[in-house]
Amino acid sequence: MSTTTTASPNEAKLWVGGKSPFNSEYGKVMMWYFLMSDAFTFGAFLISYGTVRFSTNGWPNSNEVFRSFPFAPEGVHAPLVFVSIMTFILIISSVTMVLAVHAGKNMDKQGVVRNMIWTIIGGIAFLSCQAWEWNHLFHEGAWWGANPFLNADGTASTTNFTNFFFTITGFHGFHVFSGVVINIIMLIMTLLNKFEQRGHYLMIEKAGLYWHFVDLVWVFVFTIFYLL
Amino acid sequence: MSHTHTDQEAHNKEAMAEIKKVTIILSVFTIIELILGFWMISLTSQALILAIKGTIVILMMAKAFYIVAYFMHLKHEVKNLIMTIVVPLSLFVWFIGAFLWDGSSFRNLRNNYNPYFKEQATIKVEKKVEEHGAAKHEATDAKHETKHESVETKHEPTKPEVEPYY
Repeated sequence: MSTTTTASPNEAKLWVGGKSPFNSEYGKVMMWYFLMSDAFTFGAFLISYGTVRFSTNGWPNSNEVFRSFPFAPEGVHAPLVFVSIMTFILIISSVTMVLAVHAGKNMDKQGVVRNMIWTIIGGIAFLSCQAWEWNHLFHEGAWWGANPFLNADGTASTTNFTNFFFTITGFHGFHVFSGVVINIIMLIMTLLNKFEQRGHYLMIEKAGLYWHFVDLVWVFVFTIFYLL
Repeated sequence: MSHTHTDQEAHNKEAMAEIKKVTIILSVFTIIELILGFWMISLTSQALILAIKGTIVILMMAKAFYIVAYFMHLKHEVKNLIMTIVVPLSLFVWFIGAFLWDGSSFRNLRNNYNPYFKEQATIKVEKKVEEHGAAKHEATDAKHETKHESVETKHEPTKPEVEPYY
């Protein structure tokens, strides 16, 4: 029985029993519900950031705060450059993850291994970029409870800006880190032929869902902190 | 799998074409966002900035849609499964609207009834001298300390510290 012919006219019969109404594996459905709850967690963080920003008269200009980049000479002013590199790293690693899932569906072990390695490299590259940025901001005097930046209009700024920045990008970075760990475990399981023995690569799909979610959250974090 | 060999191949080709298409869409949207972001730096018109920010938000939502629908494959799932995920997420419409409204209302109330809060938004201060490595936690440097005070007293002689108001 093919798994792609469910949108048939007798869809009502999905619920008479005898088959899975969602036509999806249990673990995958549960991964979706976990990601939904995680979306609410991130949503709560980002909305509280929005609420505080809306209730404050001034706010630092992100183009003034995030303007550096590694190995750049002192005093260089390059807003958005470094963060766009980070964004593209995450998008590309998301694409290689899709390719790994796709290879898994075709039972193509070599394809899964190759694309998982690229995905893991992308994740580590992103984490390195974030580590550099955090370190740089820390040395400018920014941390939880310390904000060296002024508001865009030159008035004194609160520490809300840095508190939200480090909390939310930190929480996202922690997700990236766990995603990399999960991907490494999946790579090891693939290399040990675990999925060949099971006859399917559904675990790669589930890890893929998590990894895409991490990319999805970054779309929001990147836009809200760096662009708006 | 009951697919014939050619069926499988056609399906593969289709899936790869979809991945390619979505990758290009995501990259193009991100590049447009960045171009708008760079353009926004030099602008002063508040209306135009607001319009650009609105455009960026729309692009962000479009990117989110493409990631969820195609990369996470939700579009190809059974409708019932899609609904159990999308319907709860529609709470965000209320969530975002209510909280941003509340935030801006709080600002208006404070500007109206709290003169100190309002005054804070008009006092310009100078950026502190580059302090190295979480200087806040280290022993204070005497030079920085004096600089600090002179800056603040210049603007507001009655208050020794201009503490930002939360």
